[in-house]
Amino acid sequence: MTSMIKMKKVFKVYKNGVTALNGVDVNIEQGDFVYVVGPSGAGKTSFVKMMYREEVPSKGEVYINGVELGTLKKKDVPFLRRDIGVIFQDFKLLQRKSVYENVAFALEVIEENPKKIRRRVMNVLDQVGLKHKARFIPAQLSGGEQQRVAIARAIVNNPKVVIADEPTGNLDPETSWGIMRTFEDINSSGTTVIMATHSKDIVDKMKKRVIAMENGQIVRDEQQGEYGYEA
Amino acid sequence: MKLSTARRHIIEGSRNIIRNSWMTVASVGAVTTTLILVGIFLALILNLNQVAENIEQDVQMSVYVELGAGEEEVEELESNLNELSNVRSIEYSSKEEELNKLIEDMGESGDEWGMMFEDSNPLNDVFIIKASDANYYKSLSNQVKEMDYVDDVDYSQATVERLLTFNKYARYIGLGFITALLFTAIFLISNTIRMTIIARQNEIGIMKLVGAKNSFIRWPFFIEGMLMGVIGSIIPIALVLAGYYYLYDNVDGRNLLPFVELLPFNPFAWQLSLLLLGLGVFIGIWGSVMSVRKFLKV
Repeated sequence: MTSMIKMKKVFKVYKNGVTALNGVDVNIEQGDFVYVVGPSGAGKTSFVKMMYREEVPSKGEVYINGVELGTLKKKDVPFLRRDIGVIFQDFKLLQRKSVYENVAFALEVIEENPKKIRRRVMNVLDQVGLKHKARFIPAQLSGGEQQRVAIARAIVNNPKVVIADEPTGNLDPETSWGIMRTFEDINSSGTTVIMATHSKDIVDKMKKRVIAMENGQIVRDEQQGEYGYEA
Repeated sequence: MKLSTARRHIIEGSRNIIRNSWMTVASVGAVTTTLILVGIFLALILNLNQVAENIEQDVQMSVYVELGAGEEEVEELESNLNELSNVRSIEYSSKEEELNKLIEDMGESGDEWGMMFEDSNPLNDVFIIKASDANYYKSLSNQVKEMDYVDDVDYSQATVERLLTFNKYARYIGLGFITALLFTAIFLISNTIRMTIIARQNEIGIMKLVGAKNSFIRWPFFIEGMLMGVIGSIIPIALVLAGYYYLYDNVDGRNLLPFVELLPFNPFAWQLSLLLLGLGVFIGIWGSVMSVRKFLKV
């Protein structure tokens, strides 16, 4: 197995003096499915933001697919991000655009061939079960459906890694399970999935690798782990 | 850049213009006002330049030879004059020639004058000197005054100096005005584009997240700025063309102001229009570059 994400003694201190990461060492293999858990303010979001270079470490090294992000030139950041799909709790969809357009957008901005875009978008909408709602706008969809659109957008260009920051935070349990099945699907095709979550139910039942964070440090890292906190 | 991408940028940029219609109107209005004033100033300055140049061409210095001087003395003076630098031409006109000129200028009554002075010509022999630049007349006149056999030197000093100063200040003030106006317009455009960017920050964030290159994000804003510049230059160009046509038709060649010779409509008005269009585009692009750089940190 090759290492997909590696961090060596990563520290992050924000301008306001808050220490979000306090010496993080981690190695995530290609094809892993990892839950990142821990109380609010433990540094989960900063941890995942390091991976798509939304934040840069104050100290330490972050490697994605063998490339040290500190040596990455600014103009190469977009190309790093094309290998990484990101999903958020609040979906971040464009409200004026249709489902189809929201997903196609991710391919348009990387100047993909228009014919290929059409084929690829319809395939991916099929995969998340929203092909029949391609013409809808986000406001006409339920929360779970909107999150599926966001997932479709994240995976439409076949990224090597999918990062989700509390993707089920706004969804009811039943819908969350549907979303989780989609993530399993994505993972089973070899894509690395990293998910920060507060959902005890999901983590405990899925029996995947669990990284627990507290005060900016990794306090637990178990294969087939459990949530470990009170729900 | 791919054709489909270029098309997308143009559509996006044009859409922004329509979406923020009020801000667009304000910015385009600013560009229009600026360019109208710039057009008027430029037409004025360049024509002033032209008039001044024409007058400068006509300026000459008359060196009056002492009345008693004989042929040898005149020749000596001539060779001295020939040694002066910064001189374009020296012409000699004897007092007989001067008298004939005077008689001609007098028209009908000239004949009487001619008879009167046939025997006792009161005029001087004259050397007419043209300097290579109007700025040199002062020093030339000082040098010539020192020479032997020179009665007097006349080069309409005050006129030339006043003209030169006026021309210089007019140019500086005009250019100062134009620069200030251009900056105002750039500022207004950059403000409008900032509004567009704020309105679309969400979208830009997502673009960056899915791996859009910075240049890809910038392009629609460039086009938006450029379009505002182009639209803003339409009315000024129309005004310049129509206004200059009218002016040229009414001023040039009329006896009203005989020394004013305007730059001809073709090609001047067209060149000025092209310049205004170029300035419009420049203002628009600069305005957009300023706000994009500040706001996107790209």
